[in-house]
Amino acid sequence: MISLAWKNLWRNKNRTAITMAAVFFAVILSVFTTSLKDGIFDNLVKNVVSFYTGYIQVRKKGYWDEQVLDNSMAYNEKVNAPLLSIENVSGGTPRLETFGLISTNKNTKGCMVVGIDPEKENLVTSLKDKIIKGSYLADGDKGVLLSEGLADRIKAEINDTVYLIGQGYHGATAAGMFEVKGLLRFGSPELNNQIIYLSLPAAAELFSAEGLSTSLVVSLKNPKALKESVDAIQQKISSEYEVMSWETMIPDVKQHIESDTRSMKYIQGILYLLVSFGIFGTLLMMMVERKYELGMLVAIGMNKTKLSLIIIIESVLTVMGGCLLGLLASIPIIYYFNKKPLVMGGEIAVIYERFGFEAVFPTSTNAAIFYNQGFTVLIIGLLLSLYPVYKIIILDPTTSMKR
Amino acid sequence: MNDIVIDTHNISRVYNPTTIPVYAIKNLHLHIRRGEFTALVGPSGSGKTTLLNLIGGLDKPDEGQIVINGTDITKLSPGKLIDFRLHNIGFVFQSFNLIPVLTARENAEFIMLLQGISKNERDERIKQLFRQVDLEEQIERRPSELSGGQQQRVAVARALASKPQFILADEPTANLDSKSASNLLDIMNKLNKEENITFLFSTHDQRVIDRARRVITLVDGQIASDTEPIMTSYAH
Ligand SMILES: Nc1ncnc2c1ncn2[C@@H]1O[C@H](COP(=O)(O)OP(=O)(O)OP(=O)(O)O)[C@@H](O)[C@H]1O
Ligand SMILES: [Mg+2]
Repeated sequence: MISLAWKNLWRNKNRTAITMAAVFFAVILSVFTTSLKDGIFDNLVKNVVSFYTGYIQVRKKGYWDEQVLDNSMAYNEKVNAPLLSIENVSGGTPRLETFGLISTNKNTKGCMVVGIDPEKENLVTSLKDKIIKGSYLADGDKGVLLSEGLADRIKAEINDTVYLIGQGYHGATAAGMFEVKGLLRFGSPELNNQIIYLSLPAAAELFSAEGLSTSLVVSLKNPKALKESVDAIQQKISSEYEVMSWETMIPDVKQHIESDTRSMKYIQGILYLLVSFGIFGTLLMMMVERKYELGMLVAIGMNKTKLSLIIIIESVLTVMGGCLLGLLASIPIIYYFNKKPLVMGGEIAVIYERFGFEAVFPTSTNAAIFYNQGFTVLIIGLLLSLYPVYKIIILDPTTSMKR
Repeated sequence: MNDIVIDTHNISRVYNPTTIPVYAIKNLHLHIRRGEFTALVGPSGSGKTTLLNLIGGLDKPDEGQIVINGTDITKLSPGKLIDFRLHNIGFVFQSFNLIPVLTARENAEFIMLLQGISKNERDERIKQLFRQVDLEEQIERRPSELSGGQQQRVAVARALASKPQFILADEPTANLDSKSASNLLDIMNKLNKEENITFLFSTHDQRVIDRARRVITLVDGQIASDTEPIMTSYAH
């Protein structure tokens, strides 16, 4: 029985190849779109994290409404330790943020001053990766990092001295002189044109805010469990603090991601439909081609169970073969587009850049995509092969042998 | 050896019973005895194919009984009927009788596999059958590598492989040139004489009709004439 099925496949190479090709391309397409969809999503979320806000921030209650130094909180291990005990929390980094003026001999501009713990900040937002010139801050460093646009606006270079002026904690005057250690590049023009980093102790000294921070940026092991983590954190710390996820801090980004993934889902649904039609078309062709042969087999006394079994074995072998080949072929494709991501231009690029993201879409190489899509197409293929079986069940030899 | 293998009793087959009824077969009585070599003739549309389909259990009469070797096949369930065909009836169709992906030998072996016959017996029968249809050389060829006449001979071998009660052939020579047709008839005739195989075949071809020993003429689904068989015993 199996050998007849095998011979049917092997000795009808064209027909088998057509069905396999339908499955093959179906798998590649659906792996590709899913991987692109996941890749885009992951990339956006990753962008969000390194997009300054991080996944979650803890602030003193009231800071969100009035973002001034006076609404800062004491930062110490007492705040940090309970957070780290939460399963999904991988780390946290304190920040001291405020606005100020920066000037060189030539120019003065408004800027956003951020005091950070260089080590921890890098763990959470990969700040080091954004360095385009010079070097990153060391612990307790007296230097500053300037965003590229800001440096440009005040015409500052590496090793130049810049002056920072602002208002410190409880109205104290803040003024200091710093050496530019490195330049950073941000996707978001907003950040790229006004942010300046210095180490937390230096910032604390400048703003007379010893031991204070305005926010604590929390990083997560699994970014998808965002809500649960917000709740868990809020529960661990006192109600003096408020806990916010990036989704509430930057709701337009969240909206965009949502509408994006929704449209990807439609695309994928249409794709599955196309895939089904493709496979079904080849099955239909096969049944038309073999109508007479199948009628003859039933006429000479082959029972329909055996015949269906042969057809099922053929389908399973073809669909699985196509699936496996499709998966094998999609691996290099997916990896290629992971290394050399699609870059969008035009309108899409503009939207993304407004959020501070590059319009670059790498594919996700998550192995689960291959299993899931391969499996989905396999199931579609196998379900569709019930059609020939149905045709066999209702087959009447006299009609199917008529020409 | 004059026992009746095919006995149709007052059978009718009506198409379109609700609109304009067409009697493809009308109140037909027919007996075929073992060892007969019978041609079914008649104008196009006279019901030859319909009658052969009914006798072969591929179609059901709207009226009457068809008794094959003692079994009333009109009473069998569809599944049982398929099985009955496998064990009792050999079919040779006008063309495309064979499974294209299988060789001549595999085609004949296939039906024995369905019957669950042992490997030894299969091999032995195949050797014998292909000798009888004079295709020992071509046994490993696939249908596409055989001429039309050779394909029909393989079909005869395949039909015989299952050791049926009789062989039904609907216009087996219709697609053959006259030389191949006569060659196929020679082989069928020889099998009939030497092995006492019962053949019932339809044809339009006068030369084929001339070779038959009984000729039944159908007109409008009824028997118009029936030249009685020459009752010879072919005992050896
Ligand atoms: N499926 C069908 N539906 C309706 N009428 C049919 C059907 N099959 C056959 N008939 C009719 O039944 C009659 C007998 O047809 P049948 O095919 O048995 O004739 P035939 O003697 O085999 O003809 P031919 O020599 O052309 O093969 C014809 O009038 C035909 O039109
Ligand atoms: Mg006919």
